Amino acid sequence: MSIWSRIAHAFRPGSLDRELEEELQSHIDEAVESGRDPEEARRAFGRFLQTREQSRDIRVATWLDSLRADAVFGWRQIVKRKVTSGAAILSLALAIGACTSAFRLVDAMLLRPLPVADPGSLFVLRYEVLDNDDKKDTADSFEYPLFRQLRTAVRGQAEVMAISYASQVDLTFGSDEEMEKAYRQYVSGWTFETLGLRPELGRLLAANDDTKPGGHPYAVLSHDFWKRRFGGDRNVIGRTFRQGTSTYEIVGVLTAGFTGTETGTMTDLFVPTMMNSKAIDNPNWGWFRTWVRLKPGVEGEQVRQKLRAAMLASRQEKAKAWKSPGAKHRTEQYLNAAVSLESAAAGVSGMQQTYRRSMIILGVLVALVLLIACANVANLLTAQATARAREMALRVSIGAGRARLLQLVLMESALLAIIASALGGLFAAWSAPFVVSMINPPDNPARLVLPADWRVLGFAVALALAVTILFGLAPALRASSVKPASALKGGEDPHSKRRLMHALVAAQVAFCFLVHFVAGMFVSSFDRLANQPVGFPPDRLVLLDTQAKKDLPQGTWDQALEKLRTVAGVESAALATWPLMSGNAWTSGVWANGHTPDREQPVYFLGVSPGWLATMKIPLLSGREFRLNEANPDFAIVNEAFARRYFAGQDPVGRTLETSGAKDKRFTAQIVGLVRDARYGELREAIRPTVYVPFNSKDDNGVAKGTDWGAFIVRTSAKDPLQLASVLRREVSSGRPELRVSDISTQDALIRSKTLRERMLATLSMFFAAVALLLASVGLYGVLDYSVIQRQREIGIRLALGARSNDIMRRVTTEVFSMLIFGAFIGLALGIASERYVETLLFQVKALQLSVMLWPAVTILGASVLAALPPVFRAVHIDPASMLRSE
Amino acid sequence: MAKTDSLQGSLDLMVLKILSRRPNLHGYAIMTAIKEMSDEVLRVEEGSLYPALHRMEEAGWIKASWITKDTGRRARIYELTTTGKNQLSSEEARWQAVTAAVNQVLRMA
Repeated sequence: MSIWSRIAHAFRPGSLDRELEEELQSHIDEAVESGRDPEEARRAFGRFLQTREQSRDIRVATWLDSLRADAVFGWRQIVKRKVTSGAAILSLALAIGACTSAFRLVDAMLLRPLPVADPGSLFVLRYEVLDNDDKKDTADSFEYPLFRQLRTAVRGQAEVMAISYASQVDLTFGSDEEMEKAYRQYVSGWTFETLGLRPELGRLLAANDDTKPGGHPYAVLSHDFWKRRFGGDRNVIGRTFRQGTSTYEIVGVLTAGFTGTETGTMTDLFVPTMMNSKAIDNPNWGWFRTWVRLKPGVEGEQVRQKLRAAMLASRQEKAKAWKSPGAKHRTEQYLNAAVSLESAAAGVSGMQQTYRRSMIILGVLVALVLLIACANVANLLTAQATARAREMALRVSIGAGRARLLQLVLMESALLAIIASALGGLFAAWSAPFVVSMINPPDNPARLVLPADWRVLGFAVALALAVTILFGLAPALRASSVKPASALKGGEDPHSKRRLMHALVAAQVAFCFLVHFVAGMFVSSFDRLANQPVGFPPDRLVLLDTQAKKDLPQGTWDQALEKLRTVAGVESAALATWPLMSGNAWTSGVWANGHTPDREQPVYFLGVSPGWLATMKIPLLSGREFRLNEANPDFAIVNEAFARRYFAGQDPVGRTLETSGAKDKRFTAQIVGLVRDARYGELREAIRPTVYVPFNSKDDNGVAKGTDWGAFIVRTSAKDPLQLASVLRREVSSGRPELRVSDISTQDALIRSKTLRERMLATLSMFFAAVALLLASVGLYGVLDYSVIQRQREIGIRLALGARSNDIMRRVTTEVFSMLIFGAFIGLALGIASERYVETLLFQVKALQLSVMLWPAVTILGASVLAALPPVFRAVHIDPASMLRSE
Repeated sequence: MAKTDSLQGSLDLMVLKILSRRPNLHGYAIMTAIKEMSDEVLRVEEGSLYPALHRMEEAGWIKASWITKDTGRRARIYELTTTGKNQLSSEEARWQAVTAAVNQVLRMA
């Protein structure tokens, strides 16, 4: 027999007791048979019960037995009070689920190490830059010539890899009609070896595959893409696909797990950096991140200094060739930029940058909701503890120790927490992918690996334990410190219990206020951002990004446009370099009216066809639209912001402007129109000076130039513009197979994608605010209700003596409402203090705005009044006669 | 009459020894055996015997089984295990050493 038999005994205590009893009884029988007096024989056993207990304790894991007994008892208690327990479990489940879900996201996005060898020794290089507003920021894009120098500088101490940004590309395994999209990363040939990755099939890229520009058309597929696109076909090795002008051969498939280095994006295929041949020798084309793997025993700081020295040396060279150096402090910054090595153990992605702070803040909000839920359940349990004071006192008087009582009450709390965790786990399983789906820009799905593994399980278990102690300990300590004499008399000091409850109410209100405060700031940020004027009505606009295999003459594009205009349901159509707010930007220096280009405030350019203004419904203030056969750079239309900067707000129509072309040559264009400001780029920035030029353009020698890509902008009469999508797509290519629509979206979706983060923050924080409010109101109701029950007798007497109802009302609510106000003030202080942590996520919103402060105050007060109504109503309607009679 | 408790560990030793000679005794028989063999000098109390038996069973020195006696009554009988035999020899050796030492002290003092 062993610990197992003892544990087994703990779970079938009945049979063990029977066995012991039978053995002792047979002993007595034997004694009586041998002539002993039955009474004496029984007495000889002394304390029969005690003997049995002693024997029993030996054969049963005692602690386990008492735990089991407590669990059974606790379960009965929980079942007995269905409503309270249900409320406790649901509120905890919601909070635990939200917490687990938040952890899954934070873990997947920011914490989980890449599935490569020794992720701890991986770093990426970042450097400091000044943004448009002269604020410090960091960047991580590198050019290949510089990369070569960096690699040489730290040879022997660290391996340096170029890993490009994951970008979505069009490729085909067959004909052009079957173009499909995939995420691709360019990687240095030695990357896989350096990361310690292995092939599932075929081979991975090696250093030899990355030596000559354009000379290595080999690709490695991710396991995920192989499964998804080829169904795990093992004959995929040797197959070819075309992407851009290159034909690649698939040489291998990675093992499952590794999905690229950009957390949030799953890379489908990897090709050698040398295949980006146009960029290899270009010293101004930053297109990849520089990854560093430190050799064992090498100090990061040492490597960082060498890399910085090499980088700044190359910048010195570059700056020498600058003709127009721009502002002095910018040049200085450029030549002295700080360089840092940042851990890349969890991968590196723009999504991490964008959402890191948001996720941490949401995590804190969720934790606050969890605290509120805990305070709430603690209150429920404390209220119940009163009802159980007599039971506890009874247990103490028959010899139960304090530790034993503590265990009894904590066991019940643990049961609540376990049930809540299980429900919360289900909630988390559903909600984490839901949140990921919320941060999806159109046509660019965020795909996070969200496994429910030991990390998540461990977190959930730790959380359940922490929660049990948080909400269970205070009531348990209180219950176990019961003084039998006073409790059995029924006259314990009622105020001490209420003080704890009131403190918990104050804490709940403070946290609730904070959650509302932050949520309010996010909501009004989102509101302001979403309502930023864009300068044109975005509804019913379909955007067709279109590509051609080679430069096509303007005529071909015009034909396609004409065809689109004849489609039923199309109001008007036009061509542009790209849609407004697409995220693309074309900037150039402008000389006009005596002004010279401002390096810090570049002017936006956009090529548009005749009819574009009408299609976009951007009002023409003066002059005219472009005509057919007008070409860039001879003509230009400018916006108001341009007129303000270059012409002091006067009508510039009829004047000229100069732009720079290639090789610093200048071109003159005649301004033929002035239009209302329309938004070209981000919602967060002011509308910038913009020059619209004809889509139709000429090269430096004045010869008409073809184009290989553009965007058709179509305004439809249908409410849902995407209804026409397939018809429009077909019309573009019909008779012109050289034109292919690569992407269809709507202007509305494009604008919405600019507010994704704000929308997510606003939606989720509102959700948590609502949960917090609900929990806090339930908590308040519970405390008030309890205090009314406690004071029934007192209230009865007061009423009998002629107290008026508003007096009773005041008595019942004063304490609680003062706690509420107290909590609200603490919450407000916390909220104002928190502003600097959320500042970067806010848009035109300040913590000290009246609207921001008022909103949580009003909601919480309103909810409190609602929650207080039923108990107060009950207090006022106590019938003194029946109350006193029952006492 | 001396209480066996006064001699630390002697109860376990006696039970093991008796069971090594006469296996398959039940509790009452073990108690009687100790009483008779010690000429009624040593008397084990039921309150000590059973917890001791169950402790030894738990330790794996003895094992128990239920039998039905001729009288039709069920009884729980005990026998030594291999571990119990080893335990007995080491306890016995220790007991001899201790009593010899105590005797020597009594002689020399």
